[in-house]
Amino acid sequence: MSGHSTYEPKTGFERWLDMRLPILRFANDTMVTFPTPKNLNYWWTFGAVLAMMLGIQIVTGVILAMHYVPHVDYAFNSVQRIMRDVNYGWLIRNLHSNGASMFFLAVYIHIFRNLYYGSYKAPREVLWILGCIIYLLMIITAFMGYVLPWGQMSFHGAVVITNLLGAIPVIGPSITTWLWGGFAVDDPTLNRFFSLHYLLPFVIAGVVGLHIWALHVPGNNNPTGVNVKSPQDTVPFHPYYTVKDGFAVSVFLIMYAVFVFYLPDALGDVVNYVPANPLQTPQHIVPEWYLLPFYAILRAVPNKLMGVILMFGSIGTLFVLPWLDTSKVRSMRYRPTARLYYFIFILACLVLGYCGAHAPDDPAVPGPAGPQLLDSSLNSIVWLSRIGALYYFAYFWVITPLLGLTETPLPAPESISSPVLSHPAATPAGAAASPEKRG
Amino acid sequence: MLRKAFAFAVLGLVLAAGPLFGGQARAATTVAEPRTLHWSFEGPFGKYDKEQVQRGYKVYREVCSACHKMDLMYFRNLGQKGGPFYDPKYPNPNTNPVVKSLAHDIQVKDIDSDTGDPISRPGMPADKFPPPFANDIAAAASNGGKAPPDLSVMAKAREGGPNYIYSLLTGFRTPPAGLTIPAGKYYNPYFSGDLSGQWSGHGAPPIGGMIGMPPPLTPGKVTFDDGKPSTLKEEAMDVAAFLAWASDPTMEARKAFGLGAMIYLLIFSGLLYASYRRIWRNVAH
Amino acid sequence: MADTVVGANPDPHASDDPNRRDFIHIAAGVAAVGLVGGLAWPFIDQMNPAGDTLALASIEFDLSKVVEGQQVVVKWRGKPLFVRYRTPKEIEEAIRDDHADLRDPATDESRHKPGKAQYLVLIGVCTHLGCVPNFGGGEYGGWLCPCHGSVYDTSGRIRKGPAPLNLAVPDYSFLSDAKIKVG
Repeated sequence: MSGHSTYEPKTGFERWLDMRLPILRFANDTMVTFPTPKNLNYWWTFGAVLAMMLGIQIVTGVILAMHYVPHVDYAFNSVQRIMRDVNYGWLIRNLHSNGASMFFLAVYIHIFRNLYYGSYKAPREVLWILGCIIYLLMIITAFMGYVLPWGQMSFHGAVVITNLLGAIPVIGPSITTWLWGGFAVDDPTLNRFFSLHYLLPFVIAGVVGLHIWALHVPGNNNPTGVNVKSPQDTVPFHPYYTVKDGFAVSVFLIMYAVFVFYLPDALGDVVNYVPANPLQTPQHIVPEWYLLPFYAILRAVPNKLMGVILMFGSIGTLFVLPWLDTSKVRSMRYRPTARLYYFIFILACLVLGYCGAHAPDDPAVPGPAGPQLLDSSLNSIVWLSRIGALYYFAYFWVITPLLGLTETPLPAPESISSPVLSHPAATPAGAAASPEKRG
Repeated sequence: MLRKAFAFAVLGLVLAAGPLFGGQARAATTVAEPRTLHWSFEGPFGKYDKEQVQRGYKVYREVCSACHKMDLMYFRNLGQKGGPFYDPKYPNPNTNPVVKSLAHDIQVKDIDSDTGDPISRPGMPADKFPPPFANDIAAAASNGGKAPPDLSVMAKAREGGPNYIYSLLTGFRTPPAGLTIPAGKYYNPYFSGDLSGQWSGHGAPPIGGMIGMPPPLTPGKVTFDDGKPSTLKEEAMDVAAFLAWASDPTMEARKAFGLGAMIYLLIFSGLLYASYRRIWRNVAH
Repeated sequence: MADTVVGANPDPHASDDPNRRDFIHIAAGVAAVGLVGGLAWPFIDQMNPAGDTLALASIEFDLSKVVEGQQVVVKWRGKPLFVRYRTPKEIEEAIRDDHADLRDPATDESRHKPGKAQYLVLIGVCTHLGCVPNFGGGEYGGWLCPCHGSVYDTSGRIRKGPAPLNLAVPDYSFLSDAKIKVG
């Protein structure tokens, strides 16, 4: 909650600074004394993980930019020079390439946490929309970043995605030419992608600032979905959550380190170690793993323009989610029916990701092809992605609005503290326990 | 809570690694799975076998470099830390006498500093490995229309890495009856391709494809300085190990740094966990 | 979430203040600083000269390219390197002024290799503000810097003008009678 500031400058210097630029007061109010619900679980630590990953990507990215050359004749070799000749270049490059994957892993967990606990619902709609904007900027930044090493997948992935814009009626081809700076993906495209890839993370940082501001107005949501009622429901952010977030961050770093030091190319595609050749297309063109579900949705639709619309629509849908959800209860802890559909939604996203990694005509399950339906056999990746895409859109546009109106939720607790007081490890004050169960 | 955290971490790894196991070949293109060998450099504590990489360099130099360039390799790389001819007495590879002599054996193109005319001179550690052809077009013209690929990162540019390279080099087979391979191409089951156009027999066409490279290695083609018998298997393994080193020369430094990082992070997590428990001790939550 | 049973084993010294400076918090804090500091070194070192830059840090030069009374200029570490084959007259002039009133005192002997007085190897960068001096100007028979008029003698020592030091002699050695390694 944005309450009044309790900061008391202690030294002369602090008083002097506080009168001129109250930055210490600001830091104190937002990161030290900020009242935070005391029941946050580990799913809430991913905000801090994301902030750290943005910082790591920016620092490693700026350093890489000291050595990278954004020209078609030198790009691939400059990345190899970083790996071989620049002192610790291999470390910085591995941190940056695997950092992007870790960044997206954390953002997906963060988004799914918000879906489960209803953190997008009133009064946090703007917070949620700012998050969607950050996600969209991350996708654009990551796409452009992947083009920079100028391998086969960098080049041909750029060709496929920029060609999508050509599907826009009337102005499509002009927009594509404008984006390319020429008649195909070539040196002008690479140069401008480098410039924009350097710029956008700072735009993301700015939107993150707004995102945290929008969070601090109503304060954090919590696993019960019930608002904070009294100071008894909260603890100061420092040291309770600074240290808890620190622990979660260090565990996350362990996983990150496994990739950076032992599996640096596991999440990438081998074909990107072949320098870009405009005259030869790789057997499969596949984006990085974190974009696979959208790729599957794109390819699920036989019509090029509709595929593009649905692909962007799948992200656009997120923006209006607060108005699609009719439920009065925030947290799925107390919405057992909604929870079931939610887990199926997660499954659908994983299935879409699986589909995106495979060729459309590959069999969905090993075995006979099955009967032919429209353009492809029933046992094919493309039909599996159609089922996945159908559920994706149905979940937001049909299931979520209907469920809020038809389901019977479990009773939510009175306050954040009340389920705790029924816990054997009661506070020494030993208030009367109410027999609420955690959902 | 901790259980959840670890379960999440495993889930995260699985989720992240899951899409790896996709990417089946198209229905028409087939390839045999590469044979899996045991390499000294595999695993979190793996290291390159210096002698093996030295032998592999000789195979590259005497056989492969006739057609394949390695534009990212310099002679000094052979003498840097982690390289096959590294000598702790010469931390700067430019002064390493073995490296200088290996470079000196090879002629590189240069420009006369007085007249500007193109000349040929013995190499120095600072020089790149010289390419066999002046440019890509010349390379393609001399090789049936397709330039032999650069080998600098070949072990990272193919599924299976050194296993693929070994399998390919030892995998050349006489085409089975019914398979007609045109002149200038060679049947290899480990090379991805679609042989349905060349197949006139019964059933499905054989797995694999046609590669423009004739079988490059024969037993005894290269005499190893350490006396190791140069069987086909040995030559193939050694050149695959050399190419693996060339693709990832900083691997040993990376794994060593990684060990320190993992230990430090585990201890750090432990300290933070204890700090966290201590702070939250008296708060019911 | 782990169960915390408060009050089971009361620690008489514990207070409810989580900000107490317990050892574990200090240890965790030190470890955090260590992590950031440990990672700082690679990030700083990456700006140091890379492998390919260091590869060109030393060059070999074939002295048969330099004729008596002539100077060859090559690029070394991004800077001009003067390799001069001095005439006996130049050597004599240099030795004669060994104990003259020099701004940066040095004997000619100290500026060439023993027995190789005819070869002078200098970094061709004026020690004033970095311009490249030309041979054959100025009244001491050596180099003249066109930018601000510094004059060097036949040993490359500063004699007149604003430069504070003699032209620098790089680290070099004779690999054979006709070949030197610089750097």
